[in-house]
Amino acid sequence: MEDLTALKQEKETQDSGEEDRPWEEMTIVSSQDPKPELSEPPESEQGLETGPQARSSPARSPQSGGSTPLGDPAGPGVSSPPPPTQGPPSSPPLALSGQDLAAPHQSHETTSVIPEAGTPHSDHLKQSSDKGESFPHQTYQSKENDFQQFQQTSGHLYERRDVSSKNSKQKELRFDIFQEGDSNSNFDLDEAEPDPAPSVLEIAIQNAKAYLQTSSQSGLSLYDHLSNMLTKILDEHPKNAVDIIENISRDVKMAHFSKKLDTLQNENEMLPTYEIAEKQKALFLQGTLEGADQDLEDEIVETSLPNVMESAFYFEQAGVGLGTDETYRIFLALKQLTDTHPIQRCRFWGKILGLEMNYIVAEVEFREGEDEEEVEEEDVTEERDDGESEGEEDDEDELPRSLYKASQALPKEESRTGANKYFYFVCNEPGSPWVRLPSVTPAQIVTARKIKKFFTGRLDAPIASYPPFPGNESNYLRAQIARISAGTHVSPLGFYQFVEEEGEEEEEVEGGQDSFEENPDFEGIQVIDLVESLSNWVHHVQHILPQGRCNWFNPIQKSEEEEDEEEEEEEEKEEEPDYTEQEVGPPLLTPISEDLEIQNIPPWTTQLTSNLVPQYATAVLRSNLWPGAYAFCNGKKFENLYIGWGHKYSPDSYTPPVPPPVCQEYPGRPEITEVDDPSVEEERAFQAAQEAAALQAQESEETDEDEDDDVDD
Amino acid sequence: MDAESLLLSLELASGSGLGLSPDRRASLLTSLLLVKRDYRYSRVLFWGRILGLVADYYIAQGLSEDHLAPRKTLYSLNCMEWSLLPPATEEMVVQTAVVKGRFMGDPSHEYEHTEPQKVKEGDKVFEEEVVVRIKEETRLVSIIDQIDKAVSIVPRGALFKTPFGPIHVNRTFEGLSLSEAKKLSSYFHFREPVELKNKTLLEKADLDPSLDFLDSLEHDIPKGVRPQNRRYGLTRQWHSG
Repeated sequence: MEDLTALKQEKETQDSGEEDRPWEEMTIVSSQDPKPELSEPPESEQGLETGPQARSSPARSPQSGGSTPLGDPAGPGVSSPPPPTQGPPSSPPLALSGQDLAAPHQSHETTSVIPEAGTPHSDHLKQSSDKGESFPHQTYQSKENDFQQFQQTSGHLYERRDVSSKNSKQKELRFDIFQEGDSNSNFDLDEAEPDPAPSVLEIAIQNAKAYLQTSSQSGLSLYDHLSNMLTKILDEHPKNAVDIIENISRDVKMAHFSKKLDTLQNENEMLPTYEIAEKQKALFLQGTLEGADQDLEDEIVETSLPNVMESAFYFEQAGVGLGTDETYRIFLALKQLTDTHPIQRCRFWGKILGLEMNYIVAEVEFREGEDEEEVEEEDVTEERDDGESEGEEDDEDELPRSLYKASQALPKEESRTGANKYFYFVCNEPGSPWVRLPSVTPAQIVTARKIKKFFTGRLDAPIASYPPFPGNESNYLRAQIARISAGTHVSPLGFYQFVEEEGEEEEEVEGGQDSFEENPDFEGIQVIDLVESLSNWVHHVQHILPQGRCNWFNPIQKSEEEEDEEEEEEEEKEEEPDYTEQEVGPPLLTPISEDLEIQNIPPWTTQLTSNLVPQYATAVLRSNLWPGAYAFCNGKKFENLYIGWGHKYSPDSYTPPVPPPVCQEYPGRPEITEVDDPSVEEERAFQAAQEAAALQAQESEETDEDEDDDVDD
Repeated sequence: MDAESLLLSLELASGSGLGLSPDRRASLLTSLLLVKRDYRYSRVLFWGRILGLVADYYIAQGLSEDHLAPRKTLYSLNCMEWSLLPPATEEMVVQTAVVKGRFMGDPSHEYEHTEPQKVKEGDKVFEEEVVVRIKEETRLVSIIDQIDKAVSIVPRGALFKTPFGPIHVNRTFEGLSLSEAKKLSSYFHFREPVELKNKTLLEKADLDPSLDFLDSLEHDIPKGVRPQNRRYGLTRQWHSG
């Protein structure tokens, strides 16, 4: 028979064994009638039948990994086509299933095609291909099929196996075979030749298989589960599989719950960058909230917002700056600040670098009368101290009072004057909320001069130092800002002028005028002049006296008043000199040429921004005393900026001050000076001396009396 | 910063407030290329800028194929004309340790330092005050050397050691992940390793000889190298203590 010969050809040329069950079914269906003899021929017939399909499938097989969709499908469901339709062996269907079937395809194409049989086969193929690759699907569908199919399948299986065992070297083939009929495999192996008719054995096999494929209550079937397990084992090849077979079984069941994705799932990392970006997004959206045109006009007309970008441009010419992006964000953050607070004038003061985070500092001046409430920390602490001292006084047993009297804390300057002339807001990143810094006290400035600490970036961080700093990082920051402003804020000569006061006398006579205003007649200074001579620049921030204030405060008067107020607890007068010299600092608007040098280093360095194009260059000042302080002026416009760590320059490394010598406990007085107890001999000698003295006294008295008596006589 | 990626690197490093004016940037780009051609370096790095009272020094370094070989240092005052500096020696470092204060900005400036030195004249031993003159160039060289030794760092994986010894740039280096970038151990000192031999065998077992051939930053004392979180999170600025 041509079928048989064809079959033999197929067997020899066949590379891969059966693929999907559908193929088998297909062939089985077609070979249904010609039982045993046809078990081989049916395959061959089917192969022939599926020839045309095979031709079409190569096109598709590369595309689909598993089952090949058939283009031919049409027609009825399962039907058993007549034997003649059974053509070539099962290998064509295998080829159609499309797993590396190049060779089989070719072989199939050579066989003749029986179109009639092709259709039902195609139906089967279609059905089975629809199931997809996974065996369970096939099994489900297979359940729907006739029992006969099962029979055929099993018979076909046997055939397949023979063929595949000869040619296939891929374990997938075996695997597929196993998938298809584990229970039947043994039977098939044993049998040398398939029974010509659905024998009792075959029926038994089919029954068993059907039983295995009944779905349990949970929707699984043993058949599927076993096939999955074996799939997994063959894929992974664990050692001693039989020992861990139960675990494998459990894992396979658990795998149903997980999605068929990569075992490593990408967790959406909440990167800190995303959070920062979120915050900064708010900056960019703030303008769009109120869409009223009137607001827009108002904004354009009067704005206290400085033109940060313009200043940044000039500073960039000098090589100083934060980069365009960051500057723009700071700009928007300042806008946010001016929108939320009643601010008269605002200026970007600079950036102070810290260990963990940085500070962006804005200098603001509130509108008249809009002084916001301050956290009155210092007053509270003062009251508390008084309370404590009073408590001590109430003790019945008077404890020895120490003679140490802490120097009275100098009162801080009023708002809007001196070192507290401006208010400062800081934030860590543009987009973070602005925090207002407390006002600075003279004690803080004095201590800040003695210590050198890096900023951490957290405003509430404690400052552990010697001498102990009264406050936390926000106070230290404020103190440094005050010092830097006082030391490095300069403007071109003539830009500011003193306010002419008519007949007003200020309270602090020698403090110098502390108010100035812009000079409307300022005509600008040549850039060249600004670079060449430092006398063209002046300080416009008051110098801070060693006391810590800008305006001298006489502590003596206050202390006298306080003495009267307190109940006299101290009997001794303070040991301060009665007259403390008034501290004087350079008055406002002094040219910076008068600044002191540090070890022969001039306090300022001037440069032109560009030597190549001097006609458009600007003058840049760099402070050598406070590294990081810059000022530029292009004739008319000027600006100050500070970007740095917040420390003063010192040629030597910082050495912390030595603690003071240990205090004397108390002055020595005879009553409390310890003396050795007199020894026995000393006591006796003392006694003897005393007696001798007494005797002598007596004798002298007697002699006196005798003399008196003599005189009388 | 590599001369080739200068603009980008400048933008990223601008957080600390120091940058270059457009004037300097443009001249740097041009002149560094010429330096690379003239001196035949495989890579030219813009090292930085040292501020002086009168003028600033712009420093560049040229590397040969082997990155750990001693680097040639050049300086310029106007970013256009570069002059080679002599290599640093130990004596220079010792000598210039006494000089304090700012740089003048003039390479021919000489610092005067009076030192009491014992001068023998015959049998007598005098203590004379000898004025030692130190050139600013020498001081520049030693300062650059000290700074390099202390804070020049590379991320782990950027350089690798070839079997023959020379160190090459790793072209497949894609950067550090965010978690790696936060750790000090992912950065190395870019200098001859000093502490590597002192590691215990256990630590050495974990090292990859082709990547871990330099000192890590982990054991630096004081622990003063701090990462600074940058707004993008992708760039990390390291501030040395």
